[in-house]
Amino acid sequence: MSEVFSKSMARNIYFGGSLFFVLLFLSLTWHTNRELPKTDNRQAITEEVALGKKVWEENNCVGCHSLLGEGAYFAPELGNVYKRFGNSKEAIKAFLKSRPVNGIPGRRSMPQFNLTEEELDAIAEFLKYSSEIDAAGWPPNIQG
Amino acid sequence: MSTLKYQTQAVAKPYFIAAIGLFVGQIIFGLILGLQYVWGDFLFPEIPFNVARMVHTNLLIVWLLFGFMGAAYYLVPEESERELYSPKLAMWLFWIFLIAGALTVLGYLMVPYATLAKVTGNDLLPTMGREFLEQPTLTKIGIVVVALGFLYNIAMTILPGRKTVVNVVLLTGLVGLAVLFLFSFYNPVNLVKDKFYWWWVVHLWVEGVWELILGAILAYVLIKTTGVDREVVDKWLYLIIAMSFITGIIGTGHHYYWIGTPEYWQLLGSIFSALEPIPFFMMTLLAFGAVGKRKREHPNKATVLWAMGTGVMAFLGAGVWGFLHTLAPVNFYTHGTQITAAHGHMAFYGAYAMIVITIISYAMPYLRGQGNAASWKQQYMEMWSFWLMTIAMVFITLFLTGAGILQTWLQRFDDGLPFMVVQEKISLFYWMREAAGVVFFIGLILYIVSFFVKGDQKEGGIA
Ligand code: HEM
Ligand code: HEM
Ligand SMILES: [Fe+2]
Repeated sequence: MSEVFSKSMARNIYFGGSLFFVLLFLSLTWHTNRELPKTDNRQAITEEVALGKKVWEENNCVGCHSLLGEGAYFAPELGNVYKRFGNSKEAIKAFLKSRPVNGIPGRRSMPQFNLTEEELDAIAEFLKYSSEIDAAGWPPNIQG
Repeated sequence: MSTLKYQTQAVAKPYFIAAIGLFVGQIIFGLILGLQYVWGDFLFPEIPFNVARMVHTNLLIVWLLFGFMGAAYYLVPEESERELYSPKLAMWLFWIFLIAGALTVLGYLMVPYATLAKVTGNDLLPTMGREFLEQPTLTKIGIVVVALGFLYNIAMTILPGRKTVVNVVLLTGLVGLAVLFLFSFYNPVNLVKDKFYWWWVVHLWVEGVWELILGAILAYVLIKTTGVDREVVDKWLYLIIAMSFITGIIGTGHHYYWIGTPEYWQLLGSIFSALEPIPFFMMTLLAFGAVGKRKREHPNKATVLWAMGTGVMAFLGAGVWGFLHTLAPVNFYTHGTQITAAHGHMAFYGAYAMIVITIISYAMPYLRGQGNAASWKQQYMEMWSFWLMTIAMVFITLFLTGAGILQTWLQRFDDGLPFMVVQEKISLFYWMREAAGVVFFIGLILYIVSFFVKGDQKEGGIA
């Protein structure tokens, strides 16, 4: 095969293939960005949601939980927690507030983050926004 | 009494030593995580799971980067047939990267993450708190600076010198790594967009540009240890990286199934990512082909073992375990379960941890003035560590896969049981994973001990 198939042919496949697929990917990215408003629930994004996302990030919640299936697998999925908690922001806030500082003996424990009332409202609002993103029917059931 | 062709290759040595040291740290935190899985409040609240996890995954990335840089400093002068442009710059960057890395890890461990975010100015440019990209924005900027200095140094060596395919492919991969990392600075409030571009770092790294780095290092080691014709290896390398990009770029779509992106990604992602095992399989063929047709017996048997092992384990971890959950109808059920963790472990170990150990295994005897190979005694122990770590990783993967299948079955079908209930039910698998983790750690200790074994140098042979 070495005679028929030369190194420069291999190189051309690499250059041509890469160029083609990079361009295709960029076009698909462009198109996806145009389509996103239909599914990404952007109309729900408020100042409060923005703060909620920041609280989510600055406490590294994704280091234990997953959000839309991405993150860690130590603690429950939170993309749909708003729905699992009966569409209740109050339930989410109460859960966060009631975490014992020293954990629950022998069990996987969640830290007490000592969030302010404003931060609690914001994170709950962020999780509500996340739960209303159209994720193509995922997760399969309410357990996430 | 160095046995190097080019004296400046010596800067690779501290990079390799740092890589191994950080690898040990990574595994210690892996064992802590594994224990927390079954003993929930172990080390709580001093080291919560999320903190240990950041340390585990960030140390992994950092030691691999040290390994890639060390590999470049070692092989680029030899391939370019000239000394490194600036060994001084290489040493400066080494210390900057090591100290910045150490400070970041200390920050994770000493202060609450929210405090770390405050004091490092996350308010100004929020980039923290996303998986694998947890580093303070300041650290991220530091990484970019180090990467630029490194690329400058390597480019200034390659461009005026002999341009081999290995060199050019390696450089392309390294530039791609740095460029794609820039997307870690883009963090819109829109969660869907955030996730969409987050994968441009994570997926386009491991299933894109890093495959160029992997392929180039593998090709170099095979040329050196088997003496096979460089022309043939070059051709294979081009085909491998062609297939990486042809399948892996649109293959990103396998992460765009359930995050609020258009549904056509389910079809595109499934088709292209199903082809992603091809380049990994070609690497296996290349490694076995080269060793089978070898034109010389290189005395460093341990390196040849690592090189073949990389081929096999990368194919298993990335190719087979990746394929297992990559089709959209399957991924619908397995997304974000222990199946993902099983695949992540074997793929990272098999492809990237092992290629870094391969080049370390090849280069260290030269860097330490031992000639072209360590003593048989030393190699013997190194090969033992290969088998211990690799078999332990196979078992870690199998146990996590078992856990993942049960988790999927119990939690995701019909009404499903609550997450925590299911976790209790499958805890036996987590215990077994932890046991396999201990074996992995023993293998790693043995690997380090192997560097200090005294043995008759002549046995290894200086050609
Ligand atoms: C003693 C051996 C090890 C143990 C016990 C261990 C344990 C763990 C645990 C418990 C997690 C977190 C999973 C979760 O989010 O719930 C994790 C994540 C991870 N570990 Fe390890 N680990 C070990 C070795 C390794 C090695 C050798 C590598 C790679 C070379 C590795 C790479 C990773 C990666 C990439 C993740 C993130 C996975 C993902 O997001 O799917 N680990 N590890
Ligand atoms: C060496 C190459 C590879 C490495 C290091 C790697 C590593 C990983 C890691 C760490 C994750 C978890 C990411 C997260 O935390 O969310 C992941 C996810 C995934 N990988 Fe790979 N991977 C590789 C190649 C592949 C290949 C070739 C395929 C397909 C054939 C594949 C299919 C997938 C899929 C489908 C997911 C998403 C899992 C989910 O939905 O939870 N990977 N990979
Ligand atoms: Fe991927």
